[in-house]
Amino acid sequence: MDSTKLSEYKFTDGLRDGIPIGLGYLSVSFSFGIAAAGKGVSIFSALLISMTNLTSAGQLAGLGIIAAGGTLIEMILTQLVINMRYALMSISLSQKLDSSFTVGQRLGTSFGMTDEIFAVAAGKKGDIGVKYMYGLILIPFLCWSLGTFLGAAAGEILPDMLKSALGIAIYGMFLAIFIPPARKSVGVFSVVAFSAAMSCCFKYISIFSGISSGFSIIICALTASVLGALIFPKKEDEDDA
Amino acid sequence: MLDSKMLLYILVMALVTYLIRMIPFVLCRKKIQSKFLRNMLYYVPYAVLGAMTIPAILYSTSSMISAVVGLGLALFFAFRNKSLIVVAAAACAGAFVTELIMSLAI
Repeated sequence: MDSTKLSEYKFTDGLRDGIPIGLGYLSVSFSFGIAAAGKGVSIFSALLISMTNLTSAGQLAGLGIIAAGGTLIEMILTQLVINMRYALMSISLSQKLDSSFTVGQRLGTSFGMTDEIFAVAAGKKGDIGVKYMYGLILIPFLCWSLGTFLGAAAGEILPDMLKSALGIAIYGMFLAIFIPPARKSVGVFSVVAFSAAMSCCFKYISIFSGISSGFSIIICALTASVLGALIFPKKEDEDDA
Repeated sequence: MLDSKMLLYILVMALVTYLIRMIPFVLCRKKIQSKFLRNMLYYVPYAVLGAMTIPAILYSTSSMISAVVGLGLALFFAFRNKSLIVVAAAACAGAFVTELIMSLAI
């Protein structure tokens, strides 16, 4: 076991890895800010939502509930379903923390568990430490807040074409995370391919159209990773891939 | 409109979202012993990424044509093990230039 080993990743490594996430977040949160303003939510409220939630799908759904004057129960259930994938990610990432992580630091860093931050942290080789996590979270958090503020305050600042092109940044980053390991491991390749194929089924087959995208991700990810564990179990010495 | 109702909405929203993230992160203190679970959790991030990227990447720009070009460039650089920011920038540049060309062609 390597649980006594401390991670070698520094705060600045986290900052650097957070830059592409932050760039992607700028455009997404910018459009959230515009949407919030469009629904009559004040700049301050929009900023408060972004700074306390740090999640795209959940915030957009929450905004809809606020605008429609929905109940708090509806808010709770919606957030639970859309954000349940974070529980899965938290369990997964908890296995990669080095031994220096305290409970207080877990309380602090778990706030920043977004799809992208999780994906980058999970993609690092070996264990990760708290400094790396704080570095990784900082720039995306600031960009998420800034983008929301700008979107809500100033509306259309970026030309449409630039906003559109920035929308693909996050996905490009995802590809950079999973393509290299998928090339090396037939297990990873199969899991990604199966999960992606299933995700297409949810998107394009009409009987699944009632399933929210957050819930769809949970189903695809659970099914694909269970199948992966059954069909392509790793040898123990490959743990820190 | 920051009245008490708005604050309550935001508070509930933030609390639920945080608890979902925090509880498993704090409770899972030990390395999981089950080989099956360890294997499964090893695959979770890749499965999540696969489901989140495809087919959503095709709808991430204002036209599927520019998204496909961006996707192609991203794949090209990802296959060459380029860093996250290089791959992301290539995808953006590809999509941007494609949309520029399309807007000039029309």
